[in-house]
Amino acid sequence: MDLFPLYNSLRIAVISTFFVFFLGIAAAYYIAKCPRFVKGILDVFFTLPLVLPPTVVGYLLLLLLGPKRIIGSAFFESFNIRLTMNWWSAIFAVTVIVFPLMYRTARGAFESFDDTLSDAGKTLGLSNSYIFWRIRIPNCKQAIISGVVLSFARALGEYGATSMIAGYIPNKTATVSTAVYQLWRTGNDELAFKWVMINIAISALVLLAINLLERPKSRV
Amino acid sequence: MLYVNIEKKLNNFTLKVNINTDKDILALLGASGAGKSVTLKCIAGIDTPDKGQIILDGQTLFDSKKHINIAPQKREVGYLFQQYALFPNMTVEQNINTGLKKIKKSERKKRTAELIKHFHLKGLEKLRPNTLSGGEQQRVALARIFASQPKVLLLDEPFSSLDNFLKWQLELELKNALNEFFGDVIMVSHNIDEVCKLCNNVSVISKGTVQEKKSVYDLIYHPKTLAEAMITGCKNYSSAQHISSGMYHCPDWGINLKTNNDTENAKYIAIKNEDIKFADNESENVLECEVVQIINEKIGRSIALKTTNSIIYMPLKNDSIIPLKHNKFKIYLDSNKLFLLTGSENDD
Repeated sequence: MDLFPLYNSLRIAVISTFFVFFLGIAAAYYIAKCPRFVKGILDVFFTLPLVLPPTVVGYLLLLLLGPKRIIGSAFFESFNIRLTMNWWSAIFAVTVIVFPLMYRTARGAFESFDDTLSDAGKTLGLSNSYIFWRIRIPNCKQAIISGVVLSFARALGEYGATSMIAGYIPNKTATVSTAVYQLWRTGNDELAFKWVMINIAISALVLLAINLLERPKSRV
Repeated sequence: MLYVNIEKKLNNFTLKVNINTDKDILALLGASGAGKSVTLKCIAGIDTPDKGQIILDGQTLFDSKKHINIAPQKREVGYLFQQYALFPNMTVEQNINTGLKKIKKSERKKRTAELIKHFHLKGLEKLRPNTLSGGEQQRVALARIFASQPKVLLLDEPFSSLDNFLKWQLELELKNALNEFFGDVIMVSHNIDEVCKLCNNVSVISKGTVQEKKSVYDLIYHPKTLAEAMITGCKNYSSAQHISSGMYHCPDWGINLKTNNDTENAKYIAIKNEDIKFADNESENVLECEVVQIINEKIGRSIALKTTNSIIYMPLKNDSIIPLKHNKFKIYLDSNKLFLLTGSENDD
């Protein structure tokens, strides 16, 4: 059994989660400082990928990144690189789809964070980046970790936008989810079933991890 | 030396603060929601006033006209928060260490050890704040502030999160710590007892307006405004109209009162609960009123007496007779004990 789809899915998920970690936290942090009106608009914009069908996100991404579109054609002309139909093209799709999960959990954590802690840090002369990384993030650790795990789980299973932007090329862009569809479509039920089981196993493991993390701690 | 003259619009009123203090322990005394914490936050730079000036030891921290607004990190202001704001993810030692960013790394360890010893925190170094008692938390917070060597110390309701039993010991400890501090101290409180124990001077803050600074003794024995009288626990007051020299009409109590001093612009007359007596055979300043409630106090009882338009509270001496509800009594308001008060400007 060729394990390429698993390997490809994992690397896409890991890299996308890495990006989403920083993007989600930064968005959550800066949106809190916006005036209310701007906040409302940005929040809708940032959360939209969560509720839109992934095919719609894929379509919109193709409007930007497609070989004849603004960004896509610019890249092709300057670097001779096509932004679609590569294994890493899926990272664009997955990052956009998964972003709201990280953004929302981080925002929730930041909102429940006690701001007097950061005020105390300021009066003690601590720099803003020290306060952010050594006080704010550690005190929101639990929520942020579950945000990361949840994002990773969702990234692993992304299908709609990925299939539109990276397609299904065996040994090049195939992921677990696109492989399942392709195998089923071509009548390879047995192999499709194996991949389904693998997918269920991984997702169950991730959810188990979340539950363990969210279990209330007895004492820090 | 700290000079603060700022204004800031809040939800219900405009905060107007004028403080001038020099190496002193000054209390800002006021009911909750009077703008006390906002004042401290403006001084620390966590909050920004709309206009005005803040100058600390000759250095301008804030000046709306010159567009100066120094970052809180550079203000050298120590802030003791209501719940102490210790960092939950750090140990006692690490918490204190965060105050030491200014001094050389090689000296930090020594300084931390000194502070731990000084604030009686030996043995707690490796513990997290949530495992400490309220008193220990306050000592850690103070150690952390002293570590940062501030020029001014701001105390925001330092005892609000403690029960009475713990409070008294902590007041002593804080008093000791304040005695060792050589800069300005401003303490915000709503409790006159705390202020008496810890502060020398006091400004009453009422609906955002800070009133003239005076000694704690003067505040208690010679209140000048209604807000000052009320915050020191003087519950009985009536509006007052000047009739003739030394005579005032008090519509809320339904009586004309003779007073010793004479302030034509007095708008209120007040008397401390404990200064009210049952009338003997006095001919003036005697008021008849009806008992509407009997209240059990920690020691003894007090009664609520209905007058024309208000209620007078009167503690009962232990040996006096116990009145029943609806009994009528004559009480005597001693002209030596009456306070003539002006309203603060935003009472109108």
